[in-house]
Amino acid sequence: MAGVELKKVSKVYDNGFEAVKAIDLEIEDKEFMVLVGPSGCGKSTTLRMIAGLEELTSGELYIGDKLANDVDPKDRDIAMVFQNYALYPHMSVYQNMGFGLKLSKTPKEEMKERIEKAASILGLSDLLNNKPRQLSGGQRQRVALGRAIVRKPQVFLMDEPLSNLDAKLRVQTRAELIKLHQDLETTFVYVTHDQTEAMTMGSRICVMNEGLIQQVATPKEIYDNPKNLFVAGFIGSPQMNFIEGVLEEKEDLLYLRFTIDGKEYQEELQLSPQNKEKVKAHLGEEVILGVRPEDTFPQEGGYPTKIVVSELLGSEYHVHFRLQEDLLSFKSTEEVQYVPEDEVEIRWDPHRIHLFLKSTEENLLYKE
Amino acid sequence: MKKNTKTLFYLAIFLYLFIIIFPFIWVFLTSLKPEAEIWGAGALKPFGSKMTFEHYQSLYRGGILTGLKNSLIIATITTTYVTIIASFAAYAIARLKFRGKTLLMVLILSTSMFPQMIVVGPIYQKFVELGLTNSYYITLPYSMISLPISVFILINHFSQIPKEMEESARIDGASKLRTFFSVILPLALPGIFTAAIMTFIGVWNEFLLSLTLNPDAAWRTAPVAISFLRGQFTVYWGQVTAATVVVTIPTLLIVLLFQRQIISGITSGALKE
Repeated sequence: MAGVELKKVSKVYDNGFEAVKAIDLEIEDKEFMVLVGPSGCGKSTTLRMIAGLEELTSGELYIGDKLANDVDPKDRDIAMVFQNYALYPHMSVYQNMGFGLKLSKTPKEEMKERIEKAASILGLSDLLNNKPRQLSGGQRQRVALGRAIVRKPQVFLMDEPLSNLDAKLRVQTRAELIKLHQDLETTFVYVTHDQTEAMTMGSRICVMNEGLIQQVATPKEIYDNPKNLFVAGFIGSPQMNFIEGVLEEKEDLLYLRFTIDGKEYQEELQLSPQNKEKVKAHLGEEVILGVRPEDTFPQEGGYPTKIVVSELLGSEYHVHFRLQEDLLSFKSTEEVQYVPEDEVEIRWDPHRIHLFLKSTEENLLYKE
Repeated sequence: MKKNTKTLFYLAIFLYLFIIIFPFIWVFLTSLKPEAEIWGAGALKPFGSKMTFEHYQSLYRGGILTGLKNSLIIATITTTYVTIIASFAAYAIARLKFRGKTLLMVLILSTSMFPQMIVVGPIYQKFVELGLTNSYYITLPYSMISLPISVFILINHFSQIPKEMEESARIDGASKLRTFFSVILPLALPGIFTAAIMTFIGVWNEFLLSLTLNPDAAWRTAPVAISFLRGQFTVYWGQVTAATVVVTIPTLLIVLLFQRQIISGITSGALKE
């Protein structure tokens, strides 16, 4: 078993594009680390560097305690599951799963044993003689997993393995992968652009954007204590609500001054003493107040907004409204029918806010 | 209106097919007529007074069988050689990283731009110098002519195979050569078939080089042998047509047998479409 460590790792492609910019990341042994971010953020490149499919432009990569920069992919003791599965179409399920073992000259008996064990874990026992084209999408996905499992790798690498499945199968496979991780007790590195997958699967999440790591933390920590505006906006669905304003102080109280439709409002910021000190250093600067939809609610005497659309999700409604030109939302379980163009007054939980500096996008209330 | 367009469309296809196939049909029908009826009053009648196989029988006596044998040997050697070389070359150009790749491809393709009439002279001279005329060395210039197209066809096929397939093999521990033989080649089979068949048919039908480089009766290929089916004052049209039918059969068989392989998508199921 082994962890993975990246030290000042960069990747610059031949065309000059800097996909990954000197990132440091420590993935612990047996951890389920999810790399998440929008397309082009460098998450896949990072994974491919760990796999050995891309060379590092600079920096050091350790798998276990071994420097792996120049180690061949097959000697890294890793297995990878690709987004399109990359099964060998002319080989049976058995041959697909055994290809790597055959190349490493594993004895036939052991090979058979390992394949049959993996197949039974994944429910593929009856399909071993089938060709990939005879399988459904979910089955193909499992063969791809099986191909990884039989190698008994130190690290599993997965590049968006669920994105080709339909919604229902995706949720089901998500749970199966979590269980697989528990059973195998191996390090998983998982790349996705889907924040729900990241939240539900990862023991820790690494949020990336523009080749840089934005934050590495547990899903709960990321959700409750985002380091910057990007993380706050990327994680969570519907997205966090943002309100732009200016920081002000009056009689030792801190306020956010902001305008809605040309009219000025003031919201008192209820902060802990330490936070107050931190925030005071930025008086007069432009800030963005962030609050999650579940901490936002309609209340009389609140700020005037107009309903845009209300989505029913079964147990709850996501109600979208317009404020400061932006589309914000709140969650509602009540049987109140919101109709577009309705005027509603909005408030939020003053203890559940985040405050981002507009210039640097950092979260002023971030707890180290 | 729509129905009319459709009818018109089918009519056009039928007409086109007829224009293409008619000469073959006529050749076939002619090959079954008695020699005396091929020209003269009965020339335009599709069927002669009686059906005869005498032209086919007389092919035994002529040089056509030797021609067929030579054609088969030369086409097979060329096809094998060209397909192997083209597979390696195309894979390298499609997938390996090296400098001057584009230039190399342009060079390969540009060799196929020279009209055959231009290259026949120099090749003939060299062959005479080297004493290679009237031999199976004719496969060398044939290969030169067929290679660019085969390489070009195969580059397209290789580049269509998903990169992940190779990366997966690489992680599985396969060397480049192993990946090529175990993963890439089976997937590119339809392309390889296409390239091989095009090479085979091209060589099978070639006339000019064969006539120039292998003029001796013992070394003639079938198309050249057919052109020699004449006496001092006459052309034996019955034999010519019978020979043409015989020579067309292998090509016809190849296309009929392998058209499914050429068209079928062997890769289906490899990826989520």
